Amino acid sequence: MTAPVTGLLTRLLGRLPIGWLQLTHNRGRLAAAIAGVAFANVLVFMQLGFLGALISTIRLPYQALAADLLVLASDANTLQDGSPLPRQRMLEALSVPGVAAATALHYGRLDWKQPDGTVRTLDVLGVDPRARSFSLRAIERQRDLLTLSRAALLDSGTRNVPPAVFEAIAAGQTLHFEAGGRAVDVVGTFHIGGGFSADGYLVVSDQTFLKLFPQRSAGAPNIVLLRAEPGTDLDALARRLRAVLPASDSAVRTVAEAVARDQRFQTTQRPVGVIFGFGVAMGALVGIIIVYQVLSTDVADHLREYATFKAIGYGQRFFLGIVFEEAVILALLGFIPGSLVATGLYALVTAAVGLPVSMDGFRLAGVLLGTIAMCTLSGAVATRRLARAEPAALF
Amino acid sequence: MAPGLGPAIRVAGLSHAFGEGEARRKVLQDIALDIPRGQLVILMGASGSGKTTLLTLLGCLRAVQEGSVVVLGRELAGAAEAEMVAARRRLGFIFQAHNLHESLTALQNVQMGLAVHGPLPGAEVAAAHLLGLLGLGDRLHHLPAQLSGGQKQRVAVARALVGNPDIVFADEPTAALDRESGRAVVEMLRRLGHERGTTTLMVTHDNRILELADRILTLEDGRILQDETRAGGAGAKAPRRGWDVS
Ligand SMILES: Nc1ncnc2c1ncn2[C@@H]1O[C@H](COP(=O)(O)OP(=O)(O)OP(=O)(O)O)[C@@H](O)[C@H]1O
Ligand SMILES: [Mg+2]
Repeated sequence: MTAPVTGLLTRLLGRLPIGWLQLTHNRGRLAAAIAGVAFANVLVFMQLGFLGALISTIRLPYQALAADLLVLASDANTLQDGSPLPRQRMLEALSVPGVAAATALHYGRLDWKQPDGTVRTLDVLGVDPRARSFSLRAIERQRDLLTLSRAALLDSGTRNVPPAVFEAIAAGQTLHFEAGGRAVDVVGTFHIGGGFSADGYLVVSDQTFLKLFPQRSAGAPNIVLLRAEPGTDLDALARRLRAVLPASDSAVRTVAEAVARDQRFQTTQRPVGVIFGFGVAMGALVGIIIVYQVLSTDVADHLREYATFKAIGYGQRFFLGIVFEEAVILALLGFIPGSLVATGLYALVTAAVGLPVSMDGFRLAGVLLGTIAMCTLSGAVATRRLARAEPAALF
Repeated sequence: MAPGLGPAIRVAGLSHAFGEGEARRKVLQDIALDIPRGQLVILMGASGSGKTTLLTLLGCLRAVQEGSVVVLGRELAGAAEAEMVAARRRLGFIFQAHNLHESLTALQNVQMGLAVHGPLPGAEVAAAHLLGLLGLGDRLHHLPAQLSGGQKQRVAVARALVGNPDIVFADEPTAALDRESGRAVVEMLRRLGHERGTTTLMVTHDNRILELADRILTLEDGRILQDETRAGGAGAKAPRRGWDVS
């Protein structure tokens, strides 16, 4: 069963594949080692999957906006954490040449109690129903409905809500619910999908928003969405806007800049992001320890044989070659089940939690290379004791 | 061998000790020895007299502590690791225990003795041929665990010889062999000596093969007690006293 591989490796390496022969000689240990590497791979893949989901869910609401540039509060890192912005900034921005349209957006958060007593957290976007604020066709099509008092559009990607709820709305029924003592009438749906902080999104008119959040005022939105004249250089326009708007309370960012800043903030400063990053490091560490254990035990078990090879005249490069051969074999054999299991778990998590956790080629290649690197590093450390020993001392 | 070449081995003032401080004990004392090329030398002596220690020193498997060891014209005392590695490639070592690689077949084990010189075409054929000469033609693809003690020992002999070494060191190579195959191995070494000028230094307790030796050295407590050269190797007498250092 292993003979064809042995032949292939012999041709590939230009020598007997001693590492491969050693590994396959002890099948039980080989299986345990492969399982260990696969386990470490799954750990790393899961953490990277969550991190990737965090990064991509951050981008989703920005992509739903019909904007080229955003004016946010100068202290804002995300869409929701900035101080309110003077409405005046919108009018000032409109006066800058190159700005085609400007509209204000209020951002809030409310709890939607479910019949079973649990709560869904919704990020609420309050917009001017007469102006175009979204690039999502579903919202634009139903924008007129928002002029009705209390009317709202609900994210059909909202986590843990029975599909029947959205089907009923789509069929023309209105869904009523109360939040903080105020009534909401859901008259339509769109799709963005929940992230790590909220379960989904709710779009309302600015008037409805102010009823839902009475402490907020029409004169202080969170974000001003700007659209540029066609063909405008956005970076130059941003510079012109910055010259006009006071930096003390407002910041002008292209959508791409705002997304990048939000992602950087959430992955490095917020606990979730840091935890996932830490998890990746832990997974890699577990992998290194397992592989180091396997390889150093293997070196110890073959000390006599290596001493014999040394006596025949083989040098340190040869032993490093054997251990690297073993390391790469373990990395590859562990990676195959590891990536398969992780892909399966991704699908499971996506179904269970409604997070967009998915495998991509870039991540596969990255983890494979990382695995080979960590196995090779462990191998190099494991052969150190061979380097100086005289053959006679090893028998 | 070609005239003008020096002796295979020249040893002067070689001493060796194991242990540290209080426990330090000399196991070789002021050894002097010249072995010309092509000789088959047998090294005898009681258990613990220092035979294996001497063999591993001459075979570049242990660093020289005191004295001079010149093997094939190369001084081993103070030699760098790279020089030791290069020297080992011209030697063949047959160990007291066979030391075969458990994951490799008989044939693969023997090939390892050849592959140290780089990839050669026909290496597999040469290894198989030698194993055939040693009566293992039908055991080429067996793992060591599937071979008897004597068969393993013969594989180890083949591994040491396959690279055409200039000197063969053999530590009790016939211990695990019956009379017939033991004698066959030693006769093979002797023939190599005559045909190719291969020098052999062999430790043995086996009186049955003494008659094949060109020379017999006897070690006692780390000194050479007796150095007996036999004319033609077969049955010559006239033992002579070796160096008596005391
Ligand atoms: N690595 C070592 N550390 C300490 N003492 C050692 C070591 N190797 C050998 N000795 C000691 O050196 C002495 C000589 O050992 P050596 O192995 O050379 O004997 P030998 O003549 O080959 O014996 P035998 O016939 O039993 O193989 C012995 O007393 C042994 O205990
Ligand atoms: Mg011994």
